[in-house]
Amino acid sequence: MSLDPATTRRIARLARIGLDDQETEAVRTQLGGILGWIEILNEVDVEGVPPMVGTTMHAALPQREDIVTDGDCQEKVLSNAPDRAGPFFTVPKVVE
Amino acid sequence: MLTDLTIAQAAEGLRRRDFSAAELTKAHTGAIGQLNERLNAYITVTADKAEAAATQADKALAAGDAPTLTGIPLGIKDLFCTEGVKTTAASRILGNFIPPYESTVTANLLKNGAVFLGKTNLDEFAMGSANLTSAFGEVENPWHRTGDASVLVPGGSSGGSAAAVAAHIAMGATGTDTGGSIRQPAAYCGIVGLKPTYGRCSRWGTIAFASSLDQAGPMTRTVEDAAIMLQAMAGHDPKDSTSADLAVPDYRAATTRSLKGLRVGIPAEYRPEGMSAELLAVWQKGIDMLRDAGCEIVDVSLPHTKYGLATYYIIAPAECSSNLARYDGVRFGVRAEGATSLDDLYEKTRHDGFGEEVRRRILVGTYVLSAGYYDAYYLKAQKVRTLIRRDFTSAFEKVDVLLTPTAPTATFGRDEKPEDPVQMYLNDIFTVPASMAGQPAMSVPVALDSRGLPLGLQLIGRHFDEETLIAAGAALEKAAAFSARPDLRAGAAA
Repeated sequence: MSLDPATTRRIARLARIGLDDQETEAVRTQLGGILGWIEILNEVDVEGVPPMVGTTMHAALPQREDIVTDGDCQEKVLSNAPDRAGPFFTVPKVVE
Repeated sequence: MLTDLTIAQAAEGLRRRDFSAAELTKAHTGAIGQLNERLNAYITVTADKAEAAATQADKALAAGDAPTLTGIPLGIKDLFCTEGVKTTAASRILGNFIPPYESTVTANLLKNGAVFLGKTNLDEFAMGSANLTSAFGEVENPWHRTGDASVLVPGGSSGGSAAAVAAHIAMGATGTDTGGSIRQPAAYCGIVGLKPTYGRCSRWGTIAFASSLDQAGPMTRTVEDAAIMLQAMAGHDPKDSTSADLAVPDYRAATTRSLKGLRVGIPAEYRPEGMSAELLAVWQKGIDMLRDAGCEIVDVSLPHTKYGLATYYIIAPAECSSNLARYDGVRFGVRAEGATSLDDLYEKTRHDGFGEEVRRRILVGTYVLSAGYYDAYYLKAQKVRTLIRRDFTSAFEKVDVLLTPTAPTATFGRDEKPEDPVQMYLNDIFTVPASMAGQPAMSVPVALDSRGLPLGLQLIGRHFDEETLIAAGAALEKAAAFSARPDLRAGAAA
């Protein structure tokens, strides 16, 4: 299995991970190797087998009362912000 | 030496007033001071906080009726959010993150009186099998080959926790296990590591890697200590919708349970070609020990074992690509400078903030979930996962517990690290299937190999039957009488 450079760039773009040309090439080779190795699954017959979507042993997920259980902690929410202005998160100006 | 005690012994000694919690904690913080620079097992040491907590513990012990872990010094994997204490996931992107809340598992341990020594090192975001991907440096395994000073890896991802416990600079530590991250490092460092059933311990406040697999568990020097720690960590938590609303049994009581008539399954598929004769012999020794303890040995088959790793390396990256989408440099974490657009801000931040292995897994996950590939990879993997789970379900109709090796080899040298990521992934070949199926599993140290390195055996149990693991694990431990200790440890540092 080999990936082409365009697909590799598209995947990196979707993941919002910036890669330079050299990194893109390295990733392309490694991803190709991993995806090739994963192809062993092609030999498994999964006809009629339902997908396992989680590991939970319960039949249904629990539901709780629709009431407020947390909140009113603005300072805590903002305490790790890389940049803030008053009660807001801020980002660098990127629009002219 | 106080650092040589087990948790059970220390808890008793504290209650007999043989020593104080302050002395016990000081012995550990002192040993960390001597050894951590070399081992790098802790990313953050919280000695002052620990000493303050120990003083509180002494008051509680004097007042009587203190919970079991009162005054017991533990290491906490730096993946559990700890209120007011930097929590990094061993990633640059969280290098400055100070959680304003406490994870449920650590809150449970604090409620039980535990003293936290600091945050232990790990592979970045728990992605790795050798603790080589931490942004804060590699961890050294306190074990060395006989007559050979080469630096060996502690396994991963909970490598800092395993090294700390093995080197006696923590009495026990928390780990998390997504595909083997508690059990494999436990085996590499000659300690006990228990991954509970998915849902037994709350995931709330633990930094997520792959949500359908992540599970917290104890890493200790004895099976009884693992039982004591799990008792405090486990329990239902409404804040984690996958947390099981089930009573937590008395795990410590299980350590003395009789094994008479227990059926132990030996899966044929855990004996791949090329497995070392030495490991096969240790496995056979484990089988004999359980037979002598009154167990019935039964051959079983888990036919989809060989597809476990490939399935895992679709599911786990897929979930990781989704979980790690939150690290965008906007609301918390490290932000890259000099962005020219919003996308550029994201792309720069995530390129600079994540290490190579994390980026690789996010990209694999993004690929297998992308339009046109979803059915071929992700959906297919989910179906194979069903088959892997069915394998375990049918095996557990015939037997009560399974016995296998934990890892295909003993630990290896830092310089012997494979260049091909796939080769590195093979370390988890025996641990991944139980993770995929949500089964509880435990690694117990059983013997040293011919080069003087520890080898572990893995017990895999039925869902929510950690008690049988603990009972069988205690029997293995007793029969193996594994008393070897690494050359690099508190009080014996070379």
